[in-house]
Amino acid sequence: MISALRTLGYRTVMLLEHLGHMAAFVGEIGLNLVRPPFRFGRLVMETFDVGVLSLAIVCLSGATVGAVLGLQGYNTLTRFGAEGSLGAVVGLTLVRELGPVFTALLVTGRAGSAMAAEIASMVTTEQLDGLRMMSIDPIDFVVTPKALAMVLVMPMLNALFILFAFFGGYVIGVQLLGVDGGTYVTSLENAITFEDDVAGTLLKSVVFGLLVGIIATYRGYTAEPTSAGVSAATTGTVVTASVTILIFDYVITALWGV
Amino acid sequence: MSEADRIQLEGIHLAFGSRQVYRNLDCRFPRGEISVLMGGSGAGKSTLLRLMAGLLRPDRGRVVVAGEEITSLSERDLFRMRERIGMLFQGGALLDAMTVFENVALPLREHSRLSETDIRAEVERRLVAVGLPDTGGLMPRELSGGMLRRAALARAIVTDPEILICDEPFSGLDPLNVRRIEALLIELNRRLGLTMIVTSHHLPSSLRMASQLVFLIDGGAVVGTPRELLASEDPRVREFLEAETAGMPGFEAVPGVAS
Ligand SMILES: Nc1ncnc2c1ncn2[C@@H]1O[C@H](COP(=O)(O)OP(=O)(O)OP(=O)(O)O)[C@@H](O)[C@H]1O
Ligand SMILES: [Mg+2]
Repeated sequence: MISALRTLGYRTVMLLEHLGHMAAFVGEIGLNLVRPPFRFGRLVMETFDVGVLSLAIVCLSGATVGAVLGLQGYNTLTRFGAEGSLGAVVGLTLVRELGPVFTALLVTGRAGSAMAAEIASMVTTEQLDGLRMMSIDPIDFVVTPKALAMVLVMPMLNALFILFAFFGGYVIGVQLLGVDGGTYVTSLENAITFEDDVAGTLLKSVVFGLLVGIIATYRGYTAEPTSAGVSAATTGTVVTASVTILIFDYVITALWGV
Repeated sequence: MSEADRIQLEGIHLAFGSRQVYRNLDCRFPRGEISVLMGGSGAGKSTLLRLMAGLLRPDRGRVVVAGEEITSLSERDLFRMRERIGMLFQGGALLDAMTVFENVALPLREHSRLSETDIRAEVERRLVAVGLPDTGGLMPRELSGGMLRRAALARAIVTDPEILICDEPFSGLDPLNVRRIEALLIELNRRLGLTMIVTSHHLPSSLRMASQLVFLIDGGAVVGTPRELLASEDPRVREFLEAETAGMPGFEAVPGVAS
């Protein structure tokens, strides 16, 4: 009993210490965001990298998820004779929930893991120490552009995912199942409001981008300098970021109702 | 502390877990001289260089670089201190996402106001000096181990630092390139008065270059001129030197080598 308590206490202290380190790390990133030099070139490069890595998988998954939504929505709605609302159902679920969450999970698996692995292998091969010896702060040169790229890219990929999903839903609902095309689009347009739904999806994707960016760079930066360390950073990023995304999705939905 | 010493280590203790690497180690590296750090594999040569560079803090003891105690410096002050130091890592530590040219140009881009043309010329000059002309466009993964190390040396010296720290600059090099790098280091030392700390297993070049030899043995440092150490009665030093020179013609009578 005592020893169980002691273990619990130890675990709690470890967790707090971990969170403390992470907070300091995020503080460093924040400081580098406002302090010159501003590394636009590197930011553009990283943004491009993250975007290109995730583009295909986001578009493909978007279309597929949209198609499934079209099919499921149609099957459910016809029971109530409400298939005219298909556009609204597909649109709302996508914009408020599935778009940002799916995109964030996909980007985590594709670009987030790659980001953690890249930084971790820079740790193992002393590339970060090499930068330090040139009086270049690795958090400024490597970490900040990567984390910021995640925040910038996530909303764009989210928009792309939603666009492809609308299209997937349209193909299934309208072309295949015979819902009227005009009705699909009108019900979609009417259902979605800017201040609630669009602002909500934007908020979610920016928050998720921030989370993935921080978790991926932190896990890479703090990796043990071994091959096992690189793989732990990579898998750790996917697991931690995925769970965190789902938790924050609930929190944002509960607090702001989006 | 004396101004004649560029780097000073005093009473250094360091352990990794239960493995005690240094026990009360004292050592000084004189200004404008080449010191060669020797010792068996795992004796703690690379670790000592990391201590001097502020990449690692000792458990106990003082590290003084250019008159400044660095063990208590903040990360930001360490970056300022490191502008004096060029460092060649044992594995090169080039950024593998950039070309060789971009790697060597990086310190200039960050810390000088040179124009793009001047940077190009300077980088090419350094690459020629390490025997790697026309490799600027290659990626680090396209270089051999020895080429990688030499490109990294070009990066370490491109800003003409006051202090140059080289971890194993000769390992993996053919005899011609050993000579070339040795001549380059000596030339930098003579011309610019660079203080150099070099680790090496290569005894002949160490003896030719060094004005001071430092042997890391049993967690401490045995320091002397090459002549003194070759004549040393210390059995641990003798054992190391004899193992290094075994079978080399002209080296059998170790004390005579330094001539
Ligand atoms: N990060 C670390 N964690 C644990 N032990 C370490 C670490 N770095 C070095 N060591 C230990 O410290 C000792 C000294 O290592 P170091 O790399 O300085 O040796 P070295 O003299 O440079 O050897 P070599 O000639 O093989 O390069 C070794 O025994 C090594 O096991
Ligand atoms: Mg070493």
